[in-house]
Amino acid sequence: MLKIEIDGQAVEVEHGSTIIDAADKIGVAIPRFCYHKKLSVAANCRMCLVQVEKFNKPLPACATPVSEGMKIFTRSKSAIEAQKSVMEFLLINHPLDCPICDQGGECELQDIAVGYGSVKSRYTEEKRVVLNKNIGPLVSTDMTRCIQCTRCVRFLKEIGGMMELGLVGRGEHAEITAYVDKSVESELSGNIIDLCPVGALTSKPFRYSARSWELTRRPSIAAHDALGSQIEVQVKNNRVMRVLPREKESINECWISDRDRFSYEGLNSTERLTVPMIKQNGEWKEADWKSALEYVANRLKVVAEKDGNDIGFLVAPTSTMEEGYLTKKLARGLKSGNVDHRLRRGDFRLDGHFQGTPWMGCNIPDLQEMDRVLVIGSNLRNEHPLLAHRLRHAVKMNAAEVSIVSSLDDDPLMPVAFKEICSPDGMINELLQILKAMSSLQRLSLCLPPSLNKLLEGIEVSANADAIAHSLAGLGKDYDLVSPRSGVFLGNMAQHHPRYSELYSLAEAIASLCGATFGVFSESANRVGLDLARALPSAGALNARTMLEQPRKAYMLVNVEPEFDCRNGKQAADAMAQADFVVALTPFKSFALNDADVMLPVAPFTETSGTFMSMEGRVQSFAAAVKPLGECRPGWKVLRVLGNLLGLEGFDFDSSEAVKNEIFGGEKPSKVVWNKLNNNLRHLVEVDVKATSTALRRIGEIPLYQSDAIVRRSLPLQKAGQSSVGMAAMNSALMQKLGLQEGDLVRVKQDAEAVKLPVRLDDRVYDNCVRVPVCAETARLGDLYGEISVEKAS
Amino acid sequence: MANEVCFRTLHLPNPGSLETYRSIGGYETLKRIVTEKVKATEIINQVKISGLRGRGGAGFPTGLKWSFMPRYYDGTKYLVCNTDEGEPGTFKDRDIIRYNPHQLIEGMAIAAYTLGARVGYNYIHGEIWEDYVFFERALDEARAAGFLGENLFGTNFSFDLYAHHGYGAYICGEETALIESIEGKKGQPRFKPPFPASFGVYGKPTNVNNTESYASIPFILQHGGQAFQDLGVANSGGTKIFAVSGHVEKPGNYEVNMGIPFPELLSLAGGIWKGRQLKAVIPGGPSTAVMPAASIMGATMDYDGLSKAGSSLGAGSVIIMDDSTCMVQTLKRLSYFFFEESCGQCTPCREGTGWLYRVVKRIVDGEGRMEDLDLLTDVSSNISGRTICALGDAAATPVLSFIKHFRPEFEYYIQHGRSMVTGK
Ligand SMILES: Cc1cc2nc3c(=O)[nH]c(=O)nc-3n(C[C@H](O)[C@H](O)[C@H](O)COP(=O)(O)O)c2cc1C
Ligand code: SF4
Ligand code: SF4
Ligand code: FES
Repeated sequence: MLKIEIDGQAVEVEHGSTIIDAADKIGVAIPRFCYHKKLSVAANCRMCLVQVEKFNKPLPACATPVSEGMKIFTRSKSAIEAQKSVMEFLLINHPLDCPICDQGGECELQDIAVGYGSVKSRYTEEKRVVLNKNIGPLVSTDMTRCIQCTRCVRFLKEIGGMMELGLVGRGEHAEITAYVDKSVESELSGNIIDLCPVGALTSKPFRYSARSWELTRRPSIAAHDALGSQIEVQVKNNRVMRVLPREKESINECWISDRDRFSYEGLNSTERLTVPMIKQNGEWKEADWKSALEYVANRLKVVAEKDGNDIGFLVAPTSTMEEGYLTKKLARGLKSGNVDHRLRRGDFRLDGHFQGTPWMGCNIPDLQEMDRVLVIGSNLRNEHPLLAHRLRHAVKMNAAEVSIVSSLDDDPLMPVAFKEICSPDGMINELLQILKAMSSLQRLSLCLPPSLNKLLEGIEVSANADAIAHSLAGLGKDYDLVSPRSGVFLGNMAQHHPRYSELYSLAEAIASLCGATFGVFSESANRVGLDLARALPSAGALNARTMLEQPRKAYMLVNVEPEFDCRNGKQAADAMAQADFVVALTPFKSFALNDADVMLPVAPFTETSGTFMSMEGRVQSFAAAVKPLGECRPGWKVLRVLGNLLGLEGFDFDSSEAVKNEIFGGEKPSKVVWNKLNNNLRHLVEVDVKATSTALRRIGEIPLYQSDAIVRRSLPLQKAGQSSVGMAAMNSALMQKLGLQEGDLVRVKQDAEAVKLPVRLDDRVYDNCVRVPVCAETARLGDLYGEISVEKAS
Repeated sequence: MANEVCFRTLHLPNPGSLETYRSIGGYETLKRIVTEKVKATEIINQVKISGLRGRGGAGFPTGLKWSFMPRYYDGTKYLVCNTDEGEPGTFKDRDIIRYNPHQLIEGMAIAAYTLGARVGYNYIHGEIWEDYVFFERALDEARAAGFLGENLFGTNFSFDLYAHHGYGAYICGEETALIESIEGKKGQPRFKPPFPASFGVYGKPTNVNNTESYASIPFILQHGGQAFQDLGVANSGGTKIFAVSGHVEKPGNYEVNMGIPFPELLSLAGGIWKGRQLKAVIPGGPSTAVMPAASIMGATMDYDGLSKAGSSLGAGSVIIMDDSTCMVQTLKRLSYFFFEESCGQCTPCREGTGWLYRVVKRIVDGEGRMEDLDLLTDVSSNISGRTICALGDAAATPVLSFIKHFRPEFEYYIQHGRSMVTGK
């Protein structure tokens, strides 16, 4: 520790701290623009100049390391003079029209100018004007306001992983710009809006719609991935105007993904369902709540009286724990075991084998401390944008080695140590190879069950698999790590994999052989929470897949749009069409619900209280940020009333907390969670070494902005670069084999369903696979990973 | 005596050739040092004794700079030569690379041996293309003759030297911007510390010196540090190339002993042209303060001499102005240079250089206001010492010194809307 003095106040700080760190520590405010604690130091704005004893010129506090005994003066005559002069320089070319600037009221320049600026400008020359740039549908630019602090540049390069903005030109011509004719494509781009200290970068969707002081701020939890990012929902006139991150170092630091930032536009969509609707003679009719609920109760009762298992309950994994729990309770009350939220899962062979609720296996910040990581089946940047950043950080700052096994070679924007891109079946073989390499490496083969050892006998280990095993074990080209912090993780695409159980078993075995952390980057906001709330089939009952394969007489859908959210859109749509009765609890009217009989308007996460549990097992409850739109009601209340109407026991909850209380048996959630999270298997499932197929295989990726119903309705996100249009993407080898060319129209067929799609050349896709992402055009195709045929459309 | 160190081949035919350089004992010093395994500390000591100070402008003692390079370092260390001279009136280094390139190469090789650098770059200004090509040829010659490359003179000392040309940005002469540019990035100064000695090219320890500094090294190690020091005066050892330009009969480079009285230098350059009178001199390049005739005529040309007289030696770019020169218009030209060449990274320089230029231009356009003079002084002082690199100070210096010494000319210009000197 170093002892120093700031403005006469003694303070002890760590070696390597800068003056600004030290001042922040004791709450001495030093004005700043370019400095940001999460970014590299640029020291270019010069606003933080302070006086330091023994130095004849002021030093930038953000870039000057402290030394023992240093005496710093932040408010001395020379410091203030320096700060005021920099402020004057910043303002000479800055427009002084704050009342028409969108940043007004939350502008760092404006705030600091109040303290350091002069009332009168001495600058009488012509002011600089800088052309605005179009950098996409999310971030709006007003470049004349830019003060060249380069926070945006550094963010995209250092956190986003790609330098999409730069400062080009010299002197006064220095301006921030994107690549020629390119917009900023980072899935984290919205953060530059928060970072920009002035009104140069603002939110395009929010722009000019409200002043910051008119907004009420409500804390909430982000609902589109399983990170549990803490957000602030800003509200005016009972409408969500924008969403910003709340700072939470151990989860989202001070960032959020664009998906979490701009999804709110979907909440204000014209497709919102605001009154209960009942279909009569094929026509949707508005109804009052009472008759709608009674109607639903009666219809369900009729089916349940014969056999409760004729009803299937499908819960979207974005639903709250309370909604999931009450749905399950309702199902059990009606004697149905068919409840599931794992709608995109294809392989359920592990059910019954888990020792607890599968989770991430560690905490989020642990990721960036890891030395060696293997990510299996994950399109990281789409699935968990901020986890990709944590891993990027590990690679950059700790020289971590990240290896990848996947069928898609999408760039995670970080150096990848080893990667194995293979067919979906090939992934199983790859894991077998890694396991074999690992077991010979560790001479630990005895630890594997004999059956598995036998399986490995015939496996040939490739150089790459061997390298991955070495990496995970901490053995390197240049040096070995004595006890590496390693991790093996399964992503969303692994969870959707038709042989997920085998992937899981092998990954677990690999991890346990090398002592690595093993976990699942689980999908959607609440997949782990709904597992813990047991929104799962009871023993022997039907799961999300079999409920559709063996069509039921009735279905209850909670926040589900069947053909978008289920693994097999075609099957889901058909199942709904044939059912006698389908009730959907939904915030949206949707063409995907045309086959329903009743639609009950339930509140999305901003309009209801509830609880999500993140992939790291963090239980986070939130209150409604706004009142439900129209006649919408919180889902838990709707389910409670249905329980009452059906005369079921135990539905007398008077708040969502009461439901939560019951889920956790009256205990503190953390206490329960601790016991329940467990990735271990009781038994390994059987691994089929030989299974391979020569058929064309679909890779049914879920695009970044197709993840759930709210995101799908956010127009700005749909306009963004990563949004998805229907396409059949394949590598050049396959294109050649099929005699196709980029842009050709093809008939893409799965089962009995066919759609016409344009062909895209995409060499990131593995041989003999066709990337057909889920979107409006393709929603009615079949299994995400099913066989597919592609032929030129005439 | 003139041309004793860097230009010592100049009187010979074909001065830039390897043959000529060898005829005066070229590369013998390198060979002796390398084969006799002379200790690095001994070499650095000689450089310290020589009193050699950086010829790039800042005048930092070269021996001391060399001692900052980490001695034991696991990895590549780099050596960089700064031949990016781009300041108006500066043209000495190009003459070294075209008239005596091998002495520079030998100097760099000795430095590389001393500092343990494996790879070197000579960063050459982008607007002297032919000289860059010529230097490339000299490198080829040196490689072919076994003075560059692997295992030189059969020892385990290896040194590769490459020429690298810029594209004419003055800021790339600032050593850290130069390093960024070598790395293929936009030439923009880094914040110091860390200094290049600990974080230079690709983040590795790097020594940066000016062309003339390196080219002085073979002489120092051939004749001993003291011999070099003895050529000059206290605190300013050796010779210095003065690039004399402006209103003289014989503009050009003059390598003379440090401490030469200015009038002597002026007469070497043929005196003021057209029989006119001396008005003012910028003794070390536009980033140094202008001096009125009276003070420069009594000054000696060395670090202390010029600093006592109120300016500095800088890079030794002596710009002579006769009595027909309008100081207001001259300042406009100089301010435009710094405005145009600011990298734009830090606020005071980016915003301030434009402000200064526009106000001076307004005065020249006849729109000046009396309070502009205080404003100019104030804005200049507000830039000085508050920027990332010294370009900010460089931009402030002419404004401050021109107004200080020639205020009446500025006042006249503002009052009459035209020049006191030219009447236009
Ligand atoms: C704006 C600016 C331009 C510079 N241009 C040059 C140059 O052209 N040549 C040079 O040798 N040094 C130049 N310098 C100085 C270098 O930064 C550095 O101090 C020098 O190359 C070190 O070598 P020396 O110690 O041998 O002088 C410049 C400095 C600044 C701030
Ligand atoms: S756009 Fe904003 S964040 Fe980017 S450099 Fe300009 S002021 Fe800084
Ligand atoms: S002083 Fe000028 S040239 Fe130097 S870093 Fe700052 S803006 Fe760039
Ligand atoms: S905050 Fe220190 S220079 Fe910008």
